[in-house]
Amino acid sequence: MTGALRLVENPVDRLARTLEALLVIASSPLSIEELAAASEDETERVETALGLIASRYREGRSGIVLEHVAGGYAFRAAREAAEACARLVERPVQRGLSQAALETLAVVAYLGPVSRPEIAKIRGVAADSAVAGLVERGLIAEAGRESDGGAVRYRATPLFERVFGLSGLSELPRLDDLAEGSEELRSRLEEVAGRRGA
Amino acid sequence: MSAVAVRDLDLDLDSFEGPFDLLLTLVLKDELELADVEVAGVVAAFVERLAERASPDLEACGEFLVLMAALLELKARGLFPDEDELAFDDLDPEEAAGELAERLALYRRFKAAAAWLEERLAAESDRYFRLGPAPLAPVPERPLAPQDPVALASALRQLAADPPAPSLSHLELRFPPVSLFLDRFRAVLSRRRQFVFDREVDSLSRVEQAVAFLALLELRKVGEIKLGQPAPFEPITVWSAS
Repeated sequence: MTGALRLVENPVDRLARTLEALLVIASSPLSIEELAAASEDETERVETALGLIASRYREGRSGIVLEHVAGGYAFRAAREAAEACARLVERPVQRGLSQAALETLAVVAYLGPVSRPEIAKIRGVAADSAVAGLVERGLIAEAGRESDGGAVRYRATPLFERVFGLSGLSELPRLDDLAEGSEELRSRLEEVAGRRGA
Repeated sequence: MSAVAVRDLDLDLDSFEGPFDLLLTLVLKDELELADVEVAGVVAAFVERLAERASPDLEACGEFLVLMAALLELKARGLFPDEDELAFDDLDPEEAAGELAERLALYRRFKAAAAWLEERLAAESDRYFRLGPAPLAPVPERPLAPQDPVALASALRQLAADPPAPSLSHLELRFPPVSLFLDRFRAVLSRRRQFVFDREVDSLSRVEQAVAFLALLELRKVGEIKLGQPAPFEPITVWSAS
């Protein structure tokens, strides 16, 4: 050994630095498999290194935060810097989503791949405009056709998951938990009718 | 007008008097014949209520439209019981009411899901991240399958050869020379004092007939012949001027 004393480097530390670099240049979340392939390392070690990075880049400690979102890992700005970020950049994807767009987005997120006629049947109005707007924003994308020459079907994109801060579509709440079912609706209406008749 | 006000809409129709949600309930319970309900009257009542407001409530309008669409579909099915479509044949009032309730329930669930998404979006409004095109990945090489150089040279030779000139013969009009007919008419007039032009060119094609007529005019211009025609479109008689 020559010169000054050198600390023995932890190999996971080195991998963590490589992963940091990959996450900085990526514009969309990277899965563990993608990170392992790019760093030519094992997925188990990548997971360990990600844990190390997450402890360094977290709210309150760093302006950059590692998050698990849209099926992968990505850096984002810390929430405390949101106001400064808002002065610097626009967010056209999530700005001004109408009620029709949100309802269409909900149908696609829960039922996708789903076609425009199927969306229209649920909402009771044509969905062409809302679907076109959501495709333009990148929140939904085409996902093949119902059959040869059939209607185009749509699915939610990873960008949708990222914008809404979801690690995946499975994080959406169960539909049944959100509103009453048809039997409950009928019972309630009949109950109301009974009260009025009495 | 709120969403609740849609259900509380007071109706005064020939067949029903009361709030809108009671009408809906009676229809669902099959205690009121939907065919007797003036749907237009319900719409008129809603529009009147809407007009009382300074600005329309789009949410209330949306809910009302969904309800009215479902009611209209039910009414149409009731009014056309002999409809050929199997789906309509099989649908009894109870099923129709059930379907209406199911559709309403399904729509309400997605409406609630949309509200959840809206809340989620608001909660995540302070999350900023980089957006942009995907980074460029290395372009994968596409190796060619093994090729025979002789076959490649043969293919290149075929491509390098001039293609045969396309035939345009079917597009060409073949004009015989005017002199041909000048000589022919002069020969005929040397044998006879006169002849009928139409008979002389009768066996020729239209193009040849046209050229023959030009020759006739040429002979008339130089004064070698005289022409006679009793009436338009009648046969043309040709005399020698001498």
